[in-house]
Amino acid sequence: MRVYAVQRALLALGQLAVLSVLVFVLTSLLPGDAAELRFSETLTPSQVAALRAELGLDQPPVERFVHWAGNVLSGDLGTSLISGGPVAGIVRNSIGATLVLTLATLAVVVPLAVALGIVMGTRENGRIDRAITSVTLALSAIPDFVIAVVLVAVFSLTLGWLPATWIGSNLLASPALLVLPVAVLFGRTVCLLSRQVRAGTVRALHAEYITQARRLGVPRRQLLLRHVLPNAAVPGVQELARTGDTLLGGVLVVEAIFAIPGFATALVDGVETRDVPVVQGLTLVLAVAALLINLAADLVCNRLVPRSELLR
Amino acid sequence: MSEALGRRGFLGLAGAAGLAATTGCGADGGVAAEPKHGGRLRAVYAGGGAKEVLDPHVQSLFVDIARHKAIYEKLVELGPDLKPVPRLAAKWDHDGTASTWRFTLRDATFHDGAKLVADDVLYTLSRIADPAAPERVAQSSLATLDLKRSKAIGPSTVELVLTQPNAEFPALLAGIGTQIVRNGFKDPSKPVGTGAFRYVSFEAGRSMVATRYADYWDGPARIEELQILSADSEARANAVQGGQAEYANDMTATFARTAEAGKTVRIVAAKASTMQAFVMKVDQPPFDNPDVRLAFKLLADRQRLVDVVLAGRGEVGNDLFGKGYQYYPADLAPRERDVDRAKSLLAKAGLIGREVEIFTADASAGFVEAATLFAEQVAEAGVRLKVTTGSPQTYAKDLLTKGAIGNHRSGAMPIPQYITDRLLSHSPFNVTHWRRPAFDTGFAAARAVTDEAERSRRYGVLQQTLRDEGGILAWGLPDYLVAVSAKVQGVEAAPPNTLDQGRFDKVWLA
Repeated sequence: MRVYAVQRALLALGQLAVLSVLVFVLTSLLPGDAAELRFSETLTPSQVAALRAELGLDQPPVERFVHWAGNVLSGDLGTSLISGGPVAGIVRNSIGATLVLTLATLAVVVPLAVALGIVMGTRENGRIDRAITSVTLALSAIPDFVIAVVLVAVFSLTLGWLPATWIGSNLLASPALLVLPVAVLFGRTVCLLSRQVRAGTVRALHAEYITQARRLGVPRRQLLLRHVLPNAAVPGVQELARTGDTLLGGVLVVEAIFAIPGFATALVDGVETRDVPVVQGLTLVLAVAALLINLAADLVCNRLVPRSELLR
Repeated sequence: MSEALGRRGFLGLAGAAGLAATTGCGADGGVAAEPKHGGRLRAVYAGGGAKEVLDPHVQSLFVDIARHKAIYEKLVELGPDLKPVPRLAAKWDHDGTASTWRFTLRDATFHDGAKLVADDVLYTLSRIADPAAPERVAQSSLATLDLKRSKAIGPSTVELVLTQPNAEFPALLAGIGTQIVRNGFKDPSKPVGTGAFRYVSFEAGRSMVATRYADYWDGPARIEELQILSADSEARANAVQGGQAEYANDMTATFARTAEAGKTVRIVAAKASTMQAFVMKVDQPPFDNPDVRLAFKLLADRQRLVDVVLAGRGEVGNDLFGKGYQYYPADLAPRERDVDRAKSLLAKAGLIGREVEIFTADASAGFVEAATLFAEQVAEAGVRLKVTTGSPQTYAKDLLTKGAIGNHRSGAMPIPQYITDRLLSHSPFNVTHWRRPAFDTGFAAARAVTDEAERSRRYGVLQQTLRDEGGILAWGLPDYLVAVSAKVQGVEAAPPNTLDQGRFDKVWLA
């Protein structure tokens, strides 16, 4: 187990290093730089050139990257080229809203998807199975910005029940702000997750040991909770770890439509303004989160079904 | 995924601002009899994320300008016809040659109680000119100011000396990034101005809160609190319709149609107050031939471009910037479409059956649509216009060097300033590559003429030349649209960058 942990840690560090280089290269390949994009319509070319020098953008890229990496290794994410403030501050300011959004979505999606998956799995190809499948598939087929626009039009602008955006309000004062964004993200993730749980359930129900347990007269309820669910949950948990990218895409759209000042918005802003340190810092945080989530998923699966091959 | 992400409304001197064409007086339908006091107004503008700044001398976005306008003021502002009007300077005059100017300051106080004096003005101008801070926007427009020879003549009069005569100097003091700060002002995060609102808090990319300043010289605001917030176009529309904001800036024609069908939101339109154009580089083939430039101007079906691209919310343009502004040459005949004449001009130039590339990008609303539609109109004369799309974020800069023809839009600024920025040999934003020494000297001479009628006549001649020979095909003058909730009163339909646009000290909540 210890060898395994060290292996994973080293692998993770390698992945982070590769990712950092990749993000830096890709951001550098985009046309224009921070000084140019910010001021090309207001300042003269000579003013822009002076600013570029001031921001160190006239240094060779390799030098800039090494400088950035050195800072990161000493625990400093650097400063934004646009605001001049610390990148760590931008991460702190933007991560809260997105974290709340994501956790709230998971709190709704996970129990529902597991329940739906088990209901579908135990009634394989029955009418209920087909109905749930159709609805969740339909939900995932509609682009999320369409769902968002429709929900806002109905629940905010027509009925006036829920706030249309997060503009000028805060979550503590009105938790209702979460309802529509979470509904959109739910529609985006519930389908895949419940499919995985369903598949796991079907596979478990067909397994030899379940048939044996049935023969031994284990009550149905106990059979489902004790024997089927843990096995059915494994693909679900793995899918959940993979949901990250789906969710991030959804969060991006949701943040734009509801004017939520979150992580995705900060990332898009960073890319649009070529604020390389900010893009680097945010993706690094994101990557660390993804690695931790995957690790947690593996550990959970291992607890659910203690079989070593999961960890290979 | 990107379809849901609105683009930032970016405004420079060349931004999506507006021209004052026919600004209505109060745009309010049923005006409440007696203005009410109190309440909070939330105004939403296109956000700029981390780009948003509190430093008034570094402003570049509508949202920055709105925030700074609430807190700070300039010596001079621009009226609806882009003519200078007094603000912190109550009056001004010059030495007869427009080289040395004296500005008499108004009796105004800063939010910290200090009285506005000449030294505040001199300090402000030196802060703008600081070579160590190249991001100060007004640095280039005020480059001819000789600060060493400028001085205070008593506490409320300041004498400003120029290195060359300029009758337009007051208008330069109304440009962006020219707000007056306190003498010794060092920390932009602690704003102290003379404006109608006193600073409370600011978060870049999100909000600024300010409260009514009771001692404001121009009559204290009626609203108690002002919030200026940032959001994309879609969210602005939802916020103003859903009652989360009372004022939304820079709205689309599509939204205006939706809003006008309902009862909760009113559209305040500054008619024909921005410009959309195609720009041809006059030093690059095929547009180095004046016949080809004229042919393209004759081929544009302007009304159709306005109907389709601007959804009808605007007027047709006449190949000149600044309709309705001071110095705009009156009684010009409109440019009529004439495909036959264009064809014969193009045949003479040997362009029939050839392909020309138009360089566009999704940098501003309607650019790509306009280019695509114009390609159809040009095709009627037998010339193929191939539409090439570039990167939206770098388009403004790319256009200076790329493509023989492309899209251009401009906002409200005095006509002489537009010419200075875009149409002189050394202009930093010369998209049409119009570089003619005779034009440069003619303009410099006109700008030094102190008699307004004569100056106006000379500018008129120069503009006539531009319209007939230049590379600007100004096809449309879009309306500038603001949405307000039904209870907001006292909002003027004024072009952006003018005094009456976004004047929250004058509005009230019914």
